[in-house]
Amino acid sequence: MENVLKMEFSALAENEAFARAAAAAFVMPLDPTVEEVTEIKTAVSEAVSNCVIHGYGELCGDESFAKNEAPTIVMECALEKGNRLTITIEDKGVGIDDVDQAMEPLFTTGDEEERSGMGFTVMQSFMDRLKVRSSKGEGTTVIMTKYLDVPGEY
Amino acid sequence: MEVVFKVRGDILIACIKGELDHHNAAPLRKGIDRSMKVFECRDLILDLTEVDFMDSSGIGIALGRYKKLSKSGGRICIAGCSTYIEKVLDMAGVFSIIPKEADVQSALCLLGGEEQLHMEV
Repeated sequence: MENVLKMEFSALAENEAFARAAAAAFVMPLDPTVEEVTEIKTAVSEAVSNCVIHGYGELCGDESFAKNEAPTIVMECALEKGNRLTITIEDKGVGIDDVDQAMEPLFTTGDEEERSGMGFTVMQSFMDRLKVRSSKGEGTTVIMTKYLDVPGEY
Repeated sequence: MEVVFKVRGDILIACIKGELDHHNAAPLRKGIDRSMKVFECRDLILDLTEVDFMDSSGIGIALGRYKKLSKSGGRICIAGCSTYIEKVLDMAGVFSIIPKEADVQSALCLLGGEEQLHMEV
């Protein structure tokens, strides 16, 4: 069984809930456990929040942000080999200086009082595999893989 | 997301309902900080019993309030975590600095109990 969902949405905080709900709805036909759905929703929420806060964060304070073509986030969910779920979340934002450093628990470039620096750690804990590709000024792509606990259809 | 604030003495109880994410975190933070000030509370209980979803924004809220209250000599307690919420908060070691209780009643005992002890001395 192969199934793909691709969607593009404005990089707005209010779309975080929509993105994770869409990912959850996508896996529903496989009858996942409540725990699996929660883990997927949380990982998607972290990745999309990162795009909004960090990827496009600097642009949000900019007045031209609303006037110009609004930045978008692309999310792709793919289901292969029956139970392999791959979620790709991509932004065309500022990019990450040092990916290894960004992925360290508690590391944040944001306001240390309010940002936990745990986004990538949460994604890593809740998904089976996490890959982050980023280039300065061009954007960041997060690829997460999770093997769902369902009988595979071959 | 919805928050109901209750005041018991100088303890503010913030009962958070619904989904706690980055989008909701800023208004929640402002709401808690403003209520602490308006009701002149010293301590804070974050009641997460009715939170259906929470990502790492919840860690930021908890640690941010902890830092703020530490400066003013106040304490914070987290009540009513589901297994999943506990897992998220535990990833950042939140419970090594913030106590957790099963429900608001136990949290009130914890925060109030210490005060009673203090008065006896």
